[in-house]
Amino acid sequence: MFLARVIGRVVSTRKLAGLEGVPLLVVERVDDQLQPTGETLVAVDGIGSGPDDLVMLEEGREAALSLEETFVAVDAAIVGHVEQVASTAIANPATTRRTR
Amino acid sequence: MQFGRVVGTVWATQKDAKLENLKFLLVEELDARNESRDAFTVAIDAVGAGPGETVLFATGSAARQTIQTDGRPADAVIMAIVDSWDLDGDVVFRKDAEGD
Repeated sequence: MFLARVIGRVVSTRKLAGLEGVPLLVVERVDDQLQPTGETLVAVDGIGSGPDDLVMLEEGREAALSLEETFVAVDAAIVGHVEQVASTAIANPATTRRTR
Repeated sequence: MQFGRVVGTVWATQKDAKLENLKFLLVEELDARNESRDAFTVAIDAVGAGPGETVLFATGSAARQTIQTDGRPADAVIMAIVDSWDLDGDVVFRKDAEGD
């Protein structure tokens, strides 16, 4: 899994049946200092993330297992909201505010 | 998933028997700013994408999780056609605006 930040939202009406009602969010990977890396991708969101949320990102085929319809071609999914990260690798531990 | 734009179609009559009756589209990869990544992927179409359309495509073994690609040697599948997307609320792409 990776840490990433939600930076945008995709609107798509013509998509695989299993994705009805499933938000598609643009996320940007963050580095070990929780700073943006410029690497972006689109992930399905089964847990209701908001703009700027720091999230845990699952990649590969397992991403589909986070959805109700698990037989669907998605390779990235948001599987967790991160409230706090404490790590010896991080200069100043981040306490992220949950928008909701 | 990544953003892409359908820029062509690929025909291959001589191919792996398990790839019969599939539509191969040439997809130009795009970044989240709708800029070309100067990279191309041949992806199997699972949602009826047409030339010039902006899409999302999934890669890796997740690509086999559609009716069309199940059990077949597929590592890239178009699984959504994009209407629009925004970054931090600013619309980066909108389908009609681009004259698609």
